[in-house]
Amino acid sequence: MEFTEIIARVDQLAPGAFAPAEEGAGHVWVQPEQWLKVAQLLREDPELHFDSLMCLSGHDRGPEQPLWVAYNLHSMDILHKLEVRIEALREGGSIFSVANIWRTADWHEREVYDLFGINFEGHPDMRRILLPVDWEGHPLLKDYTAPDYYRGIPVLKDKRGWE
Amino acid sequence: MDMSLVNSFDRDNILVARVDDFLNWARASSTWYFQFGLACCAIEMIAAAQPRHDLERFGAMPRASPRQADVIIVSGTVTMTMATRIKRLYDQMAEPKYIISMGSCSNSGGPYWQHGYHVLKGVDLIVPVDIYVPGCPPRPEALIDGLLALHKKIREDTPLRKVS
Ligand code: SF4
Repeated sequence: MEFTEIIARVDQLAPGAFAPAEEGAGHVWVQPEQWLKVAQLLREDPELHFDSLMCLSGHDRGPEQPLWVAYNLHSMDILHKLEVRIEALREGGSIFSVANIWRTADWHEREVYDLFGINFEGHPDMRRILLPVDWEGHPLLKDYTAPDYYRGIPVLKDKRGWE
Repeated sequence: MDMSLVNSFDRDNILVARVDDFLNWARASSTWYFQFGLACCAIEMIAAAQPRHDLERFGAMPRASPRQADVIIVSGTVTMTMATRIKRLYDQMAEPKYIISMGSCSNSGGPYWQHGYHVLKGVDLIVPVDIYVPGCPPRPEALIDGLLALHKKIREDTPLRKVS
């Protein structure tokens, strides 16, 4: 199905879940509180049948702006795709976890939590995945500053010539 | 290897040598290494151990346990997560122990020397390195050269005399 047809189908099954799509944007914003329901629907509905979550990534536009998470969905039998985005608060942001709907989301959500600090509600095992458990802060945030020491090991930061 | 030691068996079965030399000859002839492949450099370390380059002809056999190894070859990017583990595994090795740092990453942070908040800028920040093998990645020949340099270092050692 084409992008507009997919949007129309979701609007029909769950009215109001998607914010009106911008012209030519290629992605659609979901109301956070509707996400779990919409995710279930995207996966189960025979006409949509997004059985594969190709990618899940966090985004940061800069300080004082909310973060967002983008989900890239693909249907392996219908061969169409969709990108949905959800906003999350910068401080203490939380999104429903879809790890029980697409198993792929399990580690990817942990990665987003690790690097952006977005909590995924209902995730079976919400902890850091890449960085050490006792690391402070979430490094992919634009306003992140790396610590000078980690467990007594100096984190050298030589930034001559590029800053 | 010092062949004069071996040749002395031909004549009278009596070996006359300094104990230091004898011990060092034995130690340098079997430097079993604890393989610590962390990134792309590990591929070259593995290639060095394969038949074409055959690290074993220098008495170097890969071990997967720090308790059985004389030398640890740190090959690859040392992340902060791994740094604490390297320290612990190095502490678990029995003395005398040596470290070969293989590749730019473990020498100095490599491509991540400016930007990576998560990369240790040189494994020598946490453990004492004996031999640095430069390259990104070093070819197996370079690692062999590093190993031979380590043999040389071991042969000049004085294991029985305490260093004050
Ligand atoms: S030095 Fe180069 S080849 Fe070796 S681990 Fe680092 S990036 Fe990879």
